[in-house]
Amino acid sequence: MNLQYLDFEQPIVELEEKISELRLVGNSQDVNLSEAIERLERECEAQTKAIFSDLSPWDITRIARHPNRPYTLDYIAEVFDDFQELHGDRTYADDPSIVGGLARIDGLSVMVIGQQKGRDVKEKVKRNFGMPLPEGYRKAKRLMEMAERFGLPVVTLIDTPGAFPGIGAEERGQSEAIARNIAVMSRLKTPIVSTVIGEGGSGGALAIGVCDRLNMFEYSTYSVISPEGCASILWKSAEHAAEAATAMGVTASRLKDLGLIDHIIDEPLGGAHRSKTEMALSLKQRIVADIKALRDIPVDDLIEQRYQRLTAYDRG
Amino acid sequence: MSSWLDRIKPSVIRSESKTRGNIPEGVWKKCPKCGSALYLPELSKNLDVCPKCSHHLRVNARRRAEIFLDPGYEELSENLKPDDLLKFKDTKKYKDRLAAAQKSTDEDDALLTFKGSLQGLDVVIAAFEFNFMGGSMGSVVGGKFVQAVNCCIEEHRALVCFSASGGARMQEALISLMQMAKTSAALEKLKEARLPYVSVMTDPVFGGVSASLAMLGDVNIAEPNALIGFAGPRVIEQTVREKLPEGFQRSEFLLEHGAIDMIVGRASLRSTIYSLLSMLTIKELVSVSHANEDESASSDASASNPE
Repeated sequence: MNLQYLDFEQPIVELEEKISELRLVGNSQDVNLSEAIERLERECEAQTKAIFSDLSPWDITRIARHPNRPYTLDYIAEVFDDFQELHGDRTYADDPSIVGGLARIDGLSVMVIGQQKGRDVKEKVKRNFGMPLPEGYRKAKRLMEMAERFGLPVVTLIDTPGAFPGIGAEERGQSEAIARNIAVMSRLKTPIVSTVIGEGGSGGALAIGVCDRLNMFEYSTYSVISPEGCASILWKSAEHAAEAATAMGVTASRLKDLGLIDHIIDEPLGGAHRSKTEMALSLKQRIVADIKALRDIPVDDLIEQRYQRLTAYDRG
Repeated sequence: MSSWLDRIKPSVIRSESKTRGNIPEGVWKKCPKCGSALYLPELSKNLDVCPKCSHHLRVNARRRAEIFLDPGYEELSENLKPDDLLKFKDTKKYKDRLAAAQKSTDEDDALLTFKGSLQGLDVVIAAFEFNFMGGSMGSVVGGKFVQAVNCCIEEHRALVCFSASGGARMQEALISLMQMAKTSAALEKLKEARLPYVSVMTDPVFGGVSASLAMLGDVNIAEPNALIGFAGPRVIEQTVREKLPEGFQRSEFLLEHGAIDMIVGRASLRSTIYSLLSMLTIKELVSVSHANEDESASSDASASNPE
């Protein structure tokens, strides 16, 4: 069992391992294995399609948290040019679980902000597992207000289990930091395009997610509480997380049906971690299209349209 | 103002010794903090604050309006009723949970809104009903809140919100999360209209309500000893694996850390908020004699400033 992959991905991984073994043999010896390899590749693709066409909301939750899934900085490197990271909330600290800065996308200058998870243990700790502190949200707010002053669109990438529940976070006003960002974003006089690239964890996600266009990756999730949290409250046991994921409708397809998001960005076969470059290209196309659609709207109309969107979250 | 204390104190002490361990239903209530047996009519007269230990008992939304507003107020948005859009089901159906909550509270959902006056000032108040599914915020709570803000803007009124909530309502999933954006956006409009918003946090306020409308007051007030925070104490304890400090997330903690402007006891809420709203909206009092006409205003105000 390859621990870098989820249990339901193992048949795919096994086939892939077989294919690379055959390739190795084919290269070193003078036998023609190309037919066998092609057959296995077809089988692998069919297998992947079959598995990924029948994912439960809980399976999708696990893909959204996949250890190999690309994170914000991975996409920033692929999608944006000349990223200049800006640090600090100017009051207390710099929170590495939120990154942000100036960048260009397709020649357009923007402010990009996203939650950042860590890949290895050391970076996971540094990034606080992608769970922002109040100073992270205040940095984000500072950058958004700067973007407003200079007329730059704001692009946010959402990927967090939630805002950090800790003593220091409470002392420094986690609630206020989130509330303030939501309020400021609701009236920010510049276009905002948000995309959930992995986990959209509750208020901690919304604090950089109030926007004019809300997109979700095909295998990302967005919910008011984690399935485990919901299950432990309503079912009295976190073991019912899969049921909770279904009941809450955490997936992009369900939320699109409910009219709560604008676009689903398709992922490469087998998920974003199978081809970061392909995924990044789709993300780039979506963001550029959204910005171009929004930038010509007079700013007062833009703000009014955003207000109508936000206050229409009545019956979904 | 002190006469009621003298009047009820002995009676409570006397009755406590008689009824210890055997509190008759309906007339007596046990203080959840000090355990004293409290005579309901007296407790009610004391605004549901324990006369012995000053513990602020939770009050329901309708009662909140009654003790805060001048007589003759009007309920808003009575037509907004909840709907189970997601057909949500955990161990029970959301529909059944709604029906049970409606039966036990006799309310449609977890927020009531009223327009009325506070010592003559035009206000709208929003009061959370904590007994209704933990005061959780779903689309009706959000919808009523926005309509309350709209009423303020249309009729030039100040907004006062009394929050008591566990947070967003899980059974409405992402729709409930979006209520945070909806209510906060409405409050920004209120701000642009230069109308004041006083947020009064009462025990308890957490999660999506704390991280949206409750923290966004021009003035943030908390009742004494209320538990207020983003994450619940149990979640924090499990995450950081250490014991939480004494008084953590209590009103006094919030005041010390700069999250709220003041802690105000229930008996002084009317006079304090009147004073704040009056100074924010009436820039200059026309004449002293005019101010003295409003007798209740001046007597209330003096009661809250006993220096």
